[in-house]
Formats: sequence, structure tokens, C-alpha cells
Amino acid sequence: MLQIDDVRVRIPVTGGRWVEAVGGVTLSVGSGEIVGLVGESGCGKSTLGGAVMGLLPSGSQLSGQVLLDGRDLRGLTAEEYRRVRGNDIALVSQDPSASLDPTFAVGAQVAEAIRNHRDIGRREARERAVELLRAVGIPDPGARYSDPPHRFSGGMKQRVVIAAALANDPSVLIADEPTTALDVTIQAQILHLLRDLTVRTGTGVLLITHDLGVVAQVCDRIAVMYAGQVVEQGTVRDVFADPLHPYTRALLDSQPAAHHQSGDLPVILGQVPDLTDPPAGCRFAARCARVHDRCTAAPPVVETRGGGRVACWLHDALPPVAQEAS
Amino acid sequence: MTALLDVRGLVVTFPAPGSGLRRKRVHALSGVDLSLRRGHTHGLVGESGSGKSTLARCVLGLQRPDDGSVVFDGTEIVGLRGSALRDIRRRIQPVFQDPLGSLDPRWTVGRSVRESLDAFGVGSPLDRERRVRELLDLVGLSPDHADRHPVQLSGGQRQRVGIAAALASGPDLIVADEPVSALDVSVQAQILNLMARLQRDLGVAFLFVSHDLSVVEHVSNEVSVMYLGKIVETADRADLFAGPVHPYTRALLDAVPVPEPDARLVHVPLSGDIPSPIDPPSGCRFHPRCPRRVDSCSRELPALTPVEALNSTGHTPHRVACPVVLPARP
Repeated sequence: MLQIDDVRVRIPVTGGRWVEAVGGVTLSVGSGEIVGLVGESGCGKSTLGGAVMGLLPSGSQLSGQVLLDGRDLRGLTAEEYRRVRGNDIALVSQDPSASLDPTFAVGAQVAEAIRNHRDIGRREARERAVELLRAVGIPDPGARYSDPPHRFSGGMKQRVVIAAALANDPSVLIADEPTTALDVTIQAQILHLLRDLTVRTGTGVLLITHDLGVVAQVCDRIAVMYAGQVVEQGTVRDVFADPLHPYTRALLDSQPAAHHQSGDLPVILGQVPDLTDPPAGCRFAARCARVHDRCTAAPPVVETRGGGRVACWLHDALPPVAQEAS
Repeated sequence: MTALLDVRGLVVTFPAPGSGLRRKRVHALSGVDLSLRRGHTHGLVGESGSGKSTLARCVLGLQRPDDGSVVFDGTEIVGLRGSALRDIRRRIQPVFQDPLGSLDPRWTVGRSVRESLDAFGVGSPLDRERRVRELLDLVGLSPDHADRHPVQLSGGQRQRVGIAAALASGPDLIVADEPVSALDVSVQAQILNLMARLQRDLGVAFLFVSHDLSVVEHVSNEVSVMYLGKIVETADRADLFAGPVHPYTRALLDAVPVPEPDARLVHVPLSGDIPSPIDPPSGCRFHPRCPRRVDSCSRELPALTPVEALNSTGHTPHRVACPVVLPARP
């Protein structure tokens, strides 16, 4: 469905230099599947989302392939991309207020999302919008159709954004920190809704988040990013039960939830490398508790027993990942 | 032992923004009691509109309550002015979520930290320079950091500066409002470790306000759970997390995403929205969303009631504001 293959993104910064925000990522999202893309600030997870959506900062360089249902999105013109966005792929971002026009009725905004991509009449679009608002759990959707966004709570606004995103049955939804601005009981409602909709519609979701707990709650698979690269991916069960990459392990260990008693939390010392000049070998090596001479060379990407993959010299006895035919 | 901080019957309302002549009011706190022991950490958790930050502002003397009292080390601080207020402020210091908002961007880190020493007249000018280096060292920064500006620091380093500035006046209590919420998890762990070490070494108490239950569980000795201006449950950390009693506490704990492979979200722990604090529900504030509600919940405002049977650790009585879940009295 969505196949990201060796994607690299370079973004121009001042002084004629480039930041390699995404440094060769291979990842897929299947039908009805929720894949969690996790990492800390600046790891490139949102830039990767932008690469898929065709929404990179101007002047950025993108290489590799982004295949949606077998079609390479990389060569699309701006106009072609506009037709793909909101139709084949849709975006739900962190702040629902920024996604909604404050001066228009929420129902009309959902109806417009439909009419932008389909040749149907106003009445039919309105009926479909009401149906969508009902599907995302807006109580009394017929009456709320005409309300402007400010009459809705943050959680309810995010439901409206999800309704608009799903209006044209996209193959893939990119959800970038969709619940980060919400209270925890409301977050649980929205995550449950996302899960429920993917099962019913078959839409695949790339869920970009900093929160490993959110991944455990709703994702099928997880990909962990560090300094622009995916260091480990696999099923949520495999990766959480037995993280193979030292960064994944350190990230899980530093969560307070993993330590029900007091006492110091394990920390990751040092700083993220400067991505205007990324290190040649493993990018985590300078902070890794298990660093070794070999880490100055790029680590092999190997296949784990559960069918996941990990990029680390500690596991070079595992079989290398076969190059995918592209 | 008397408490370092004793809050009783605190009530705070504000004019609702944009309500104009209708004069609607936000009911931020509707009768809150809380006590904190010397050298302990009291965690305060709640969602939007719970009033946890307003409570923190009252303790800092930044918000005057409509009613109630805040007693710090035997002194009533509500209504204090002038030098008496300044003396108390020296002993109760804030740490905020965003250190960029509380540090002057034009000042070097050293100057920001020294400002607290100057303001409270701590030591001679020469002592103060030395004290700045000591404080930076205490929070894990090098002397070089004194000459840098806030924008040249990472988020974690900025929060270390915020903590150093709070420590400058030698406080007995630090009121920390979401101190690690803006930080990545690996940096968050460093700041939480630092705060725990400072507490061990200096004996400073923390009122720790957070929406993150995992963080609160990690740092607190006692925990209070707030909902729409009321504390619904308060207990020793272990008692609260092992045996939550109030239906809201239970739902909140159920909703917390835990990074474990068996933590799947199988049902929605709590349906409905958080009501507006402008026109909060009658009776128990939680009754419209509560799975255990009975008819009387919409009429009677439940008081925090000690539950002896639930108290296993013996420090703070486990108290719950819900007659429905409490065992019947003999």
C-alpha cells in the first residue's frame, strides 16, 4: 500500500549547507495496519511524513522511492500531488484548530473535502458529511453540522479533522502526533476511534509520535528513528518485549512508567549528532553503552526472527535484509 | 510533625474570558485541601480545567484566592504584602514548564541565576559570583554555561538553569508546574534524576504539578488527583497507584499509555468530554461521565473522606471523595 524505499531528504540551511533530515529510510504500511513511527525531537519522523505528503520545505532534495499502491509519488507535479492529497493519502496533525477554518461550519468543511475530489452534488456531500461526523463519534451530527469549530472541544475538533481526512477513503493516513495536544482520557477516545476506523475501512495509518505508550496501545508495528534513520522495526510485541537496538532499549528504559519504584532512571548521555555532517558509521555510536570498534562503519541491516529488522553490529550474525526489488 | 504546607478550603474563581456583561465565572478551585511534609514530594495530577496550575499559583502567592488559607511553615501567606511576602517568596520558588519563557533571552545564564541572589540579597557581590558557579555545578552544568544565552542551550540545559535559579535563594519548597512536559523522554529522565538528587541532598520539598501520571508516580511521596476544581482522591503514592478507588482515578490510570507489549487499548476508559469549569456540573463534578453514578451524585457534593481500610503505608490517610465506592460505615 505505502512503500517507502531508501528515502533520503536533505533540507537547505544557511551558509549553503544541508541537513540530512532523513538518511535512507525503508518502511511500509499495509492495508488496515497502524505503524508507529517513534523518535525524539529532530529525529526526522515528521520530515518523513512530509516527504510522503509532498509537503517538504522548499528547496529540499528527496531521493529514493515513495510508492502508494504501486505508483511513485516522487515524480508528481504540484497539481497531481494536490489531487493525491486528501484523496489517496490524508493528514491528521497535532493541532486540530490549525487544520480547520475558524469561520466555516465544521460540516461544510467535511463536505468540501469530499467535493474537492468527487463530482457530487451539495445535498449528497452534506449527507455523506453527516454520516462521517456520526462515524467519528460527534453526537447529534445533523445539528452540529452548522456549528463553527470554536463550539467544539479539542477532542471533538480532532474527530472532525479525522472525518475530513477519511472523507474520500484514502489508502493511507499520516497521523502526526494526533493526540499530543489532548488530555489523556480524550487521547484514549481518539486512539480507539483511529483503531476502529482502520479496521472498518482498511485505511493504513502511519502514526508519528514521541510516545512509546501510544504505540503500545494501538499500533501493529513500530519503527524507531534516531538521527534520520530507522534503527529498528518490527511488531509491537517483539520490539517491546525484546528490543534489539541499544537505542530502543535505552528509550524504553528511560520511561518513568517502566520503573514503579523510586530511584534513578537510566539516561542516554550525550547529544544527537549534527546532521549537517552526520557521522559515517552508526549514528548512535557516540552515546551507545555497547559501542565497539566496528561501529565506526555503517551497521548492517539484518532480519530478526520475528520478521522485523535492526541496524546494529551487535546482531550481524542474523541474516542480512535482502534488497527489495524496486 | 506539622506540615510544611497546609492548604485549606481554597476557592478561586475568575471572570470568564469574553463573557462580557453576563459576568460568568470560571470556577478554577472549588474548596481544595492539601498538605505537604518537609522534604517530601506531593504530586498533583489532573486534566485540563482541573485547577492544578491555579493551586500552584496560589501557593506561589501569584494568585489571591477568593476564600481559604495557605499556611506555609506556620505562616498564613494569603494576603501577605511587602517584606513579609518577599521573605516567604525566598522560601517558595517556582520551576515552570518552559524555561525559555521564564529566562530573559538577553541575559546570560549566569546573570539570570545571579538575579535571584541579588533580589533576595544573598551574600556579598563577590560571594554571589562564586555562588552562581556552585549552583550551576549543583544542577550539572559547567562554569562555561554562565556566559551563554538561553537560545544557545538545549531544552534540558535550560531547565537545569531554571532549577538553579529556583535554588539560588535556598528555598524549602519548589513548586514545579509541568517541569518536564516539554522535554524528550531521555532528557526528562535526566531532569527527574536531578530533582530527586536535590531533594536527597538539600531536603527541599516539591509540589509537583503534572498531567503525566507515570512521571508523578515516579517522583511523588503523596499524590492528589484533581478534577474540575476538586481533589477527588489523595493518598500515599503506593496506595494510590496500587489501589485507586475513585472512578475518575481508575479511568485516568486505565487511559495512561504504558510502553509495554500487553498494554493494548481494548476499550475507552472514559467517554464524554471534560465539562467546562465555567458552568461545572452540580453535585459531584464527575457525575456526568461516571460509570458508577447514582441519583444522589447530581445533588450532593462529596467531601474527601478517609478510608482506613485502604491505608497500607500509614503516612497519609487514603482519602476519597465518592460515597458510592466507599464501604458503608458501621
